[in-house]
Amino acid sequence: MISGTRPLRRWHWVHKWSSIVCTVFMLMLCITGLPLIFHHEIDHLLHEEVDPSVVPPGTPKANLDQAVANALAKFPGQVPHFLIWDRDEPNALLISIGPTINANPVDNRFARVDAHTGAFLDSPDVTGRFTYFMLKLHTDMFAGLPGKLFLGLMGILFCVAVISGIVVYAPSMRKLRFGAYRKDRPRIVRRLDVHNLAGILLVMWTLVVGFTGVINTWADLVLKAWQYGQLAEMTAQYKGREIPAKLTPVQDAVDVARQTIPHMQAAFVAYPGSIFSSKSHYTVFMRGDTPVTSRLLKPALIDAETGKLTDSRDMPWYVSALFLSQPLHFGDYGGMPLKIIWAILDTITIVILWTGLYLWLRRRKPAASTARTSADAQRIDGQAVTS
Amino acid sequence: MTTLKTPPARARRQTLSQIFGWPLVIGVLSTVGLIAALVGDGIWDGVSWLALLLPILLYALFLLRPRR
Repeated sequence: MISGTRPLRRWHWVHKWSSIVCTVFMLMLCITGLPLIFHHEIDHLLHEEVDPSVVPPGTPKANLDQAVANALAKFPGQVPHFLIWDRDEPNALLISIGPTINANPVDNRFARVDAHTGAFLDSPDVTGRFTYFMLKLHTDMFAGLPGKLFLGLMGILFCVAVISGIVVYAPSMRKLRFGAYRKDRPRIVRRLDVHNLAGILLVMWTLVVGFTGVINTWADLVLKAWQYGQLAEMTAQYKGREIPAKLTPVQDAVDVARQTIPHMQAAFVAYPGSIFSSKSHYTVFMRGDTPVTSRLLKPALIDAETGKLTDSRDMPWYVSALFLSQPLHFGDYGGMPLKIIWAILDTITIVILWTGLYLWLRRRKPAASTARTSADAQRIDGQAVTS
Repeated sequence: MTTLKTPPARARRQTLSQIFGWPLVIGVLSTVGLIAALVGDGIWDGVSWLALLLPILLYALFLLRPRR
């Protein structure tokens, strides 16, 4: 029996233990990830939103400073951190507002304003939402950065399980055709066939979504690396300065960025002193218009005292890798059909995890009653594979 | 290890290339599907949908087909 050879036994061991450790967490991630694929649609369905006015194409956008002022009127004494142009809602502008510029932006409130009239729309408290609860479970289990990094570790184990699964697939399929499903056999054999079939069919998808998920858990670290690396480099001559008492208009900053990078559009503005900028600059992040270039942001640093451009560079590779890993994890880059495909593939992944768990539990039961020797385990292994 | 051009359904041992032939094709097509929608819109999205639909269809086909 080929599975008796030493390297293969080692791969079996790797597959078994990497799976056992990560399976419960992966099940949680697959289940919470399922509604997150459709978080826009679910939010739209469950929560009242004030719709921005529908305007003919080419209608000029509202002045940003007016829009920000309209939003801040609802939050007296608070300050804007970021402006965000959501690619899925081009008629609205999101403004992230915190009590002070040093406050942790995780706790910020979002105000939505009409992109064309500048009128305040609403500022929903997203923290009570179903999708927020799912997102928190999915990203850090309400445990902050340690939770994120822990789930990242589970993701790495999942990738190890997938790769070792490819190796142990071979002895399992020695005497079977591709796609074999022995439906007249005992349940354990059928589950093994489903596990093998689904696992091998989805290998690339599970690897890509798993690994890009792991990269996403490093987002906070990537941001820190960028802040202390490229951002610090670009703003070295401003080191030690305080936030200017009077800021130049944010509209002017965005206009300067647009003139500097004319083929791109504004995606995100970080105010001076916020975590994505220096104390002396607006950082205007620009994006392109293809699926790839719309993810790869390019920052332009605008001096918030003079209104002049300080510097604009492409972001370093590790930030680009993070940006590109996001669509590949979320499945939000190919319209609704891709989202539905993502959901089905996610569901089949749940089947893989579930059948894998079943096989492990069933195989250890008889072994538990007798001495659990490796020969024993192997006999049971062989039965399931060949009987 | 015996190599056969057309392996019967059971009993005969398959070579590694027979075992991994189809999975390799599907893996390559999945990769194409994952990348296509990133490259562009329109037809690229369509390529992506078709390529990623393939493993789903095969999964359903193999589990639902009647026994021969």
